[in-house]
Amino acid sequence: MPLLPSPSANRHTPSQEFWAGARGIIPLVIGAIPFGLIFGTLATNNGLSPAATLAMSAFVFAGSAQFIAAGMIAANTGWLLIVLTTVVVNLRHLLYAVSLLPYVSKLPQRWKIPLGFLLTDETFAIAIRRYESEGPAPFKHWYHLGAALTMYLNWLLCTSIGITLGQLIPNASEWGLDFAMSVTFIGMIVPYLKNRPMVIAVVVAGLVALVAASLPHQLGLMVAAFSGIGAGVISERYLKRGV
Amino acid sequence: MNELLLILGMAIATFAIRYVMFAASSHIRLSPALLNALRYVPPVVLSAIVVPEVLLKDGVISVGYMNARLVGAIAAIAIAYFTRNLLLTIVLGMAVFFSWQALVVSSIPLHS
Repeated sequence: MPLLPSPSANRHTPSQEFWAGARGIIPLVIGAIPFGLIFGTLATNNGLSPAATLAMSAFVFAGSAQFIAAGMIAANTGWLLIVLTTVVVNLRHLLYAVSLLPYVSKLPQRWKIPLGFLLTDETFAIAIRRYESEGPAPFKHWYHLGAALTMYLNWLLCTSIGITLGQLIPNASEWGLDFAMSVTFIGMIVPYLKNRPMVIAVVVAGLVALVAASLPHQLGLMVAAFSGIGAGVISERYLKRGV
Repeated sequence: MNELLLILGMAIATFAIRYVMFAASSHIRLSPALLNALRYVPPVVLSAIVVPEVLLKDGVISVGYMNARLVGAIAAIAIAYFTRNLLLTIVLGMAVFFSWQALVVSSIPLHS
């Protein structure tokens, strides 16, 4: 039962779509607040300059990669290794982009570039929900943009506040505030679990991720993702055959 | 640590990953089978991130009442399932996590 403005309602104008997208992503924005605050605090406490911390949020805009980078900075890792790790951690966005292709491919470059830049887990989840809902609404990309920009501006704001607070609360990460990311993701996963192949895919991905967690550079993430997708597709085929 | 190189590298890498498929989209046609497989991407990837976050403590699997994240995660799954409300899931899930951490985990004396 949707609580927020239903994504399947027919919104006619770009402006309506835009603001609906901005509203639609609010729960995820709220979930990202502790995440952004902690990143600002963590990165500066780990030795990254305030300017670089803010720049990372502004030009990279990838929460989990930023978190991992902050940890690697504390361990005095070289910049190239951090960049390579970032590639692996963010590879899933490639899959998100492919999933969005049917809806985005006909847009002009001036749309593709910002939508591409602003692509994150949360933005993807909200946008794909809108794109996949019934209705021939022609301005769904405005919904996408509204959601993405809201997420982005909030991320910058929270990072800034976190940088400031970091001076005041050096132990914020110990409180477990970063658990907000996990809770947010759980809230995003559950609605997908409508059939058995989905459940199987998710469980397999989780288990493989656990087992593969010791692989370097977060490769376990990609291995787990492909395992989960494979498990989902295979179980879908088996269940259809009535085996 | 060269911060400029770090930020530039991360930014370019991330944007390239996100944008390359959009840029090439006029040359790409996706098969129905691929599109079907892609439906699994969001929940699968999120699960691959969340499960280790919740169950691993310093590389060791921790499944028990001392793992406040696990308790919070179970609560979050239940709340998400019954309310289908993302905001409520986040708020209540965090509340359960903090309460459990404060009341159960912290009050147990550590073995020396």
